[in-house]
Amino acid sequence: MSTVSLAQFHQVFFEESLEGLDAMEAALLALDQGGDAELVHLIFRAAHSIKGGAATFGFPDMAAFTHEAESLLDELRDGRRATDGAIVELLLRTVDCLRGMFDRAQTGQPLANAQSDDLRQQLAATVGRTVVAPAGKAAGKSAATSGWIIQFRPHPGMLAGGNDPLRLLRELAELGQLSVEAQLDRLPTLEALDPSECHLGWRIELIGAATHAAIAAVFEWVEGECDLIIEPMAQAAAALSANVVETVTAPVVQNAAAKAAAGSNDSGSVRVGIDKIDGLIDLVGELVITQAMLDQFREEFDPSRLALLQHGLAQLARHTRTLQENVMGIRMLPIGSVFNRFPRLVRDLTQKLGKLVKLEMIGEHTELDKTVLEKIGDPLVHLVRNAIDHGLEMPDKRRAAGKNETGTLRLEAFHRGGSIVVEIVDDGAGLNRDAIVAKALQKGLIQSADGLSDETVNELIFQPGFSTAATTTDLSGRGVGMDVVRRNVTDLGGSVAIKSRLGVGTTFTITLPLTLAIIDGLSAAVGEECYIVPLVAIVESVQLRADAVRSVVGGGELFRFREEYLPIVRLHEQFGCPGAKQKIEDGLVIVVEADTGRVGLFIDGLIGQQQAVVKSLEANYRRVEGISGATILADGSVALIIDVAGLVRMQSRRKAA
Amino acid sequence: MAKILAVDDSASMRGMVAFTLRSAGYEVSEAENGQLALDAARASRFDLVLADVNMPVMDGLSMVRELRVLPEYKGVPILMLTTESNTEKKMEGKAAGATGWLVKPFDPEQLLATVRRVLG
Repeated sequence: MSTVSLAQFHQVFFEESLEGLDAMEAALLALDQGGDAELVHLIFRAAHSIKGGAATFGFPDMAAFTHEAESLLDELRDGRRATDGAIVELLLRTVDCLRGMFDRAQTGQPLANAQSDDLRQQLAATVGRTVVAPAGKAAGKSAATSGWIIQFRPHPGMLAGGNDPLRLLRELAELGQLSVEAQLDRLPTLEALDPSECHLGWRIELIGAATHAAIAAVFEWVEGECDLIIEPMAQAAAALSANVVETVTAPVVQNAAAKAAAGSNDSGSVRVGIDKIDGLIDLVGELVITQAMLDQFREEFDPSRLALLQHGLAQLARHTRTLQENVMGIRMLPIGSVFNRFPRLVRDLTQKLGKLVKLEMIGEHTELDKTVLEKIGDPLVHLVRNAIDHGLEMPDKRRAAGKNETGTLRLEAFHRGGSIVVEIVDDGAGLNRDAIVAKALQKGLIQSADGLSDETVNELIFQPGFSTAATTTDLSGRGVGMDVVRRNVTDLGGSVAIKSRLGVGTTFTITLPLTLAIIDGLSAAVGEECYIVPLVAIVESVQLRADAVRSVVGGGELFRFREEYLPIVRLHEQFGCPGAKQKIEDGLVIVVEADTGRVGLFIDGLIGQQQAVVKSLEANYRRVEGISGATILADGSVALIIDVAGLVRMQSRRKAA
Repeated sequence: MAKILAVDDSASMRGMVAFTLRSAGYEVSEAENGQLALDAARASRFDLVLADVNMPVMDGLSMVRELRVLPEYKGVPILMLTTESNTEKKMEGKAAGATGWLVKPFDPEQLLATVRRVLG
């Protein structure tokens, strides 16, 4: 039956197993905090499923490795061994090791390596065994004889267990030539006969070269439910005992299938709740009804029915919008999947540093676009590492400061307006202004701290190459600074803000867009072109008089906006659009803001506000600085979407040059 | 064609079992734990039940016990899909009322051979 290829199930197996590993990790951490026995069952089940799947889908190394962990878990489950910190540690490393194996499985590399072999030995040693090379299939128990005599008498209840004696006889018939004699001696009278019970017995002669093991295998399911004697024909008198020999099915390795599956898993998949799908199906039903309603107007249109047409169109618009929202919703996943990694991270870090930290996570169910979710992990990890490494103090220092020995680190996600906010709050030492200023002076980031507000000083930590720790530990100092955190978040269309009080703690606030797929924007005319400016970036639009603009050395233009001078970016010059307005007083300046500053965009005029479905320019053309993507307008033409942060960056580079 | 109920909390394992059996022409329903399997079994009658042992909500052994209480499932073959190759675990399954077992790992051929063996 080669029509069923196991490779097609690999992706599902990988996904469910990685979820299982996440669950195992979370349960192990909870167990470490003194959780209950149900956690051990959960961990065991996860390991057990992975072992079974690995063996079935052709990953024997993974199955063998998981088997050792399972043996240990079995002892915990049965209460033969108590859970302690060392065991949890060992099992956590097992989880990591399995994750590595899955990584390698996805790319078709060998699964076992020195690390996994070593860990496997440790697991086995803990259970009190040494790992031996897997034995080959057990040989048959005895040599074939010319034939067998089988005495088979089912117990009355055997039928209820679903084992049909006829099936057993049929299988025996496949092993050789049968002659069967029914034994009716225990047949009750008709009045006493229960048809759901078995009252017959059989004496069977099997002629052929079948082994004892092969015959025993036929009866393996009914052991204990029947009296069974299997004797070689020649020695029938010597009444051998009827030990049923267990047969071991050798694992079937399908390496070819494993390789076939590798490399075909780049597209990724999303698991969607049934309710979301049902919602979509309902909505499509509504759309079909609306379409049918509008269809009536195709043949003829009577002006008296205008109201009906308008009603239909309004309904279509409403359904389209809801459909759009729901389809976007499919890409939305709970942020909990990112938060999940933090209990482990915090545990490892605090153990290493000797700090005491309580991690609180709130709002794990808050949903984020899958793409945002995938990219927000690293910045969050960095902020959490920073908070533990630099923010929260050692227990003695906290005690001396009159604080609880155990620091608190809170991760919280929630909705605010059209955005998702993620806060990382610690009750540690807070940012030290003097240390930051000293560092910034040393690095030449500022000339003097005089007159700089605390906010401005705090902002300095986002400058490239900034680090306040006297010694860079291996925890935070991985060559990634806060500038990269901000850059990553900004690339997602979000922002990072910081609030800190010395001795009280620090709060990082990350604001993210709900989705990257659709933005609200203003469409702006520039010559014959139309550009979309993201609404979130717009501060205000102003019409300037010619004398409000100052030209400066180097060709730049500035204008006064409230208390500051902002550079003007003429979009028609920036992107080379012919036919645009040249005089400042004829057009409009839109003040836009990014994390790194503000600029005024000079355009011909505003067309209107609209939602833009973002199409990648990179995927269809190439990356263009100052442009974040493209969208298709109602008339079918293409409009480019302004990357405000990019334009501001370009502008500050020009200023520096 | 015979109707089979495949019960496993692992989507990959369940998918493999269901796909293999459907390819061979059987009508297959799926359930991801013992409780859902019981619900399905009460709603329509199956000729064979294939069930994993370790599952959340309700494990395979409890499911077999519950199934055997139902008059229409007396005598219906129920096979446990088990990685436990030691006799003790198999006997636990038997004691719960299972007909027999299929030891994991099994490949599609072995699965079909066993199912054909039971259904004739």
